Amino acid sequence: MADTLIPKIAPQETTATAAKSETPFIDIQNVCLYYGASKALKNISVQLDEKVVTAFIGPSGCGKSTLLRCLNRMNDLIDSVRIEGSIKIGGHDIYDGDVDVIELRKRVGMVFQKSNPFPKSIYENVAYGLRLHGIKSKSEMDGRIEESLRGSALWDEVKDRLHSSALGLSGGQQQRLCIARAIAIKPEVILMDEPASALDPIATARVEDLILDLKKEFTIVIVTHNMQQAARISDQTAFFYMGELVEFGPTTKIFTNPAQKRTEDYVSGRFG
Amino acid sequence: METTSSPVYQPTSAPLSSRRHFRADKFDFWSFFFSGLTGLATLLIVGILVVILANIVYNGWRGFSWHFVSTIPKKDFFDINTTGVLPMIVGTAFRVVVMTIFVIPVGVITAIYLTEYAANNSIITRIIRAAVNNLAGVPSIVFGLFGLGFFINFVGKNMDYVLHNTSAVWGQPALIWSALTLAVMTMPVVIVATEESLKAIPPGLREASLALGATKLETILKIVLPQALPGIMTGGILAISRASGEVAPILFTGVAYYMASLPTHLSDQFMDLGYHVFVLSTQSPNIQQTQPILYATVLVLLLLTFALNIVAVLIRARVRKKLRSMH
Amino acid sequence: MENHFEAGIENLRQQLILMASHAEVAVNKAVQALMQRDHDLAIHVKDNDDVVDKFEIEIDELAIQLLTKAPLASNLRLVTVAMKISQNLERIGDEATKIAKRARDLSQEPPVKITLDLPRMSTLALAMVKDALDSFVQRDPVAARTLIPRDKEVDALNRQVHQQLAQHMMDHPDTIARCLNWIVAAKSLERIADHAKNIAEEVVFLCEAQDIRHPAAKAV
Repeated sequence: MADTLIPKIAPQETTATAAKSETPFIDIQNVCLYYGASKALKNISVQLDEKVVTAFIGPSGCGKSTLLRCLNRMNDLIDSVRIEGSIKIGGHDIYDGDVDVIELRKRVGMVFQKSNPFPKSIYENVAYGLRLHGIKSKSEMDGRIEESLRGSALWDEVKDRLHSSALGLSGGQQQRLCIARAIAIKPEVILMDEPASALDPIATARVEDLILDLKKEFTIVIVTHNMQQAARISDQTAFFYMGELVEFGPTTKIFTNPAQKRTEDYVSGRFG
Repeated sequence: METTSSPVYQPTSAPLSSRRHFRADKFDFWSFFFSGLTGLATLLIVGILVVILANIVYNGWRGFSWHFVSTIPKKDFFDINTTGVLPMIVGTAFRVVVMTIFVIPVGVITAIYLTEYAANNSIITRIIRAAVNNLAGVPSIVFGLFGLGFFINFVGKNMDYVLHNTSAVWGQPALIWSALTLAVMTMPVVIVATEESLKAIPPGLREASLALGATKLETILKIVLPQALPGIMTGGILAISRASGEVAPILFTGVAYYMASLPTHLSDQFMDLGYHVFVLSTQSPNIQQTQPILYATVLVLLLLTFALNIVAVLIRARVRKKLRSMH
Repeated sequence: MENHFEAGIENLRQQLILMASHAEVAVNKAVQALMQRDHDLAIHVKDNDDVVDKFEIEIDELAIQLLTKAPLASNLRLVTVAMKISQNLERIGDEATKIAKRARDLSQEPPVKITLDLPRMSTLALAMVKDALDSFVQRDPVAARTLIPRDKEVDALNRQVHQQLAQHMMDHPDTIARCLNWIVAAKSLERIADHAKNIAEEVVFLCEAQDIRHPAAKAV
C-alpha cells in the first residue's frame, strides 16, 4: 500500500553501511613499526573490507603512508625498519617466512604520489608489468594493454600514439598511465599514496571518478590529506594521529558525526 | 558583521606610488666585476687550448702525410722521409680498446654495487669508497710499477707455469698487461661517472618497478641501467681520453722501443704514440731535423684521441636520443 | 593568526541567536497586545515584522557561503541546522504578526463574553519558544528532547478553544467576526508551538546527530 504512493529513495552508492562481509579482507593486528629506535606506528589494529575504498587520513607524519607501504612490503626496502604484529590479506599473513615478496606485489599494486612513468613508450610502460609476469604473445599483450588503458580512462586519448614517449603526457594523464600500469597485472588490492595531490582540480576529478569505477573490481586503500576527497570517494575512513589509529568507521559517520573528539577537531579543520 | 583584528603583516617600505621608477639606485659593482671575471676565466682557458692546438697543428702539419700514418718504419726513426707511425697508431688504439673492454664492465658493476646494493654507511662501503678515491690520486708511474710487479711477475709468470710454456709468453711485457694496468688506473673515473648517473635516476622509477613485482636485479637491468647508459659512456669517454696519452703505466708493462711488425696478439709488445714522442725527443741526434716528426706524431696522437672520442660521443648521442623519444 | 573559518561559523551562530531573540520578543509582545487589548503595541509588532525576515535572508546567505568552504562534522550540522532554524524563526515571526493583526482588530471592538483557556495556551507556547531557544544557546539536547511532547498539550488546547468558539458563534451570530479573529489567533499560537518543537528537533540533530523528526515515518 504505502510503497506505491511514497517512492523509496535509494541510498547513495558511496555511503555504504559498515562491513559488507564477515571476514575482513585486509586484517591488520597490533602492528608496530620502528625506524631504528623511534616508533612510527603504535599498535595499529584495523580490518578493511573487500572491494571498497578505504581512506587513510591524518596530519603529516601521522603514519598513514607508512602503514600503506606495509601492505605491499615496500618498507622492506628501508634498512632500519622493524615491524611487529601481523598483516593478513585474504587470510594469509604477508610477513610470513615463506611469502615471496614478488608474488605479493603482483597482487597488491601501488600508485605513487608523484607519477613515475618509465621513460619508455606508453605501450612499453603498461607492457613492463605484463612481461615481468610471463605474458609473451603479442596479441595477448595488446589486448591486456588496451583493457587496462580503457580501465583507467586513458585509451581514447592515447590509442593513436601508443608508441610515443610516456613523458610527453600531461601530469593527469601520466598518473592515469601509472594506474593503468598497476591494474594491467590484475592485482586484488590497489594502494594509492596521495595519487591526486600533484594534479590540477580537473585531473583530480577524473582520477577520483576512475577510483569510484575501479572499486567494483579492486579493493582500494588510498592515503589522502584532502578530507573532501576522502569524503567524496571512500566508503570507510581511518583517521591516524601521531602513529596511532584514532578512529575507523563508515565515511559518512566520520565526516558528519565522529565519535572521537580528536577526529572531530581534525575533520573540522581545527588543527592539522 | 565583520570582526576586526590587527593585520599580521605590516609593510615596511614606502608604498610603490611614491617611487617613480624601478631602476636601481646605484650601479652594482660587484655583480659586474664577478661576471666579468668569469668571462675572463673562460677566455683564458679557451685561449690556452687554442694556442696549444694551433702550435701543434702548425708545426705538425708539415710532417703529416698519408705515407706517414701508413708506414711501418725501419729502426731509424729520425729521417722524416722514411719514417712512419703506423705501428704506434695500432698499438695505442689496440691497448685503449682492450682497456675499455675491461674497465667498463668492472667499473659499472662496482658502481652498481656501491649505489644499489651496499648499505649506505657500512664499514665495507666506506672502505671501498676510500679505496676508489685514493686510487684516483696514485701517480701514473706507480701504476706502471704495479703492473710490472703484479701483472707481469705474478699473474703472467704463474700463467706461463700453468700453461707449461717453455719460454716466457705471459710473464713478460705484453699488450694485455698494459691494457689492464690502464684499466686499473682509469677505474675511478668510470666508477664515479657511473655512480653519478645512477644517482641521478629518481628513486621513484625504481619504486615503481619494484611495486609491480620486479626483483632488484630486473629493475637494475631493465630500468636503471638503460637510463644510466649515457653517463656510463661519459665515464668511458673520460677513461679513453686519459689513457690514450698516458706513457708511465705502459713503460714497464708492454711498450717497446721498436717492433718490426704490428701487434696482433694480446701477448705481443707494441709501440705507442706517446712513448714515441718521448723517444724522439730524447734519442734524437739532430733535434732540428726531428722536430717536425715530433710535432707530426703529437698531431697524430691528438687526432687519434679525438677520433676515439668522437665515435664514443656519437654513440652516446644516439643512445640519448633513443631514450628521449621512444623505447 | 585567526581561524577565519571558525570565526565564520561562530558568526553564523551569533546571528541565529540574535534572530531568535527578536522573534521571541515579537511573540511575547503580540500575545501581550492580544491579551491586554493594546492597540498601539499590536501596531508596533506588525511594523517590525520585516526585521525577522531580513535576518532569515542574511543567515541563509551566510550559510551558503560557509557551505562553499565544505564544512564537516559538527560544523556541517550547524550550517544545515541554521538554515532550518532560521526558517522556523521566520515563520514564528509571521505568526506573531498575524496575532498582532488580530489583536489590533479585536482591540477596536468590544470584548467577546467567553472564557477561553487562551492565557494558559499562550503561556505554554511562549515557554516552548523560550526553552527551544535556550536549548540552542546552551547546546542542551536533553532540554530540547523534553520540549517535544509539550506540543501535544498546546494542540489539545487549540482544539478545545476552537470548539468553544465554534459553539459560541452558532449561539451568538453577532460575534462571528470577532470569534473568527480569536480562532486565527489561537491557530497562530498552535503554529508557534509547532515551530518551537521543530527548532528543538533541529537542536537534537545538531548536538547528537540524531534525526528525531517524524518517528512514524521512520518506522516504515
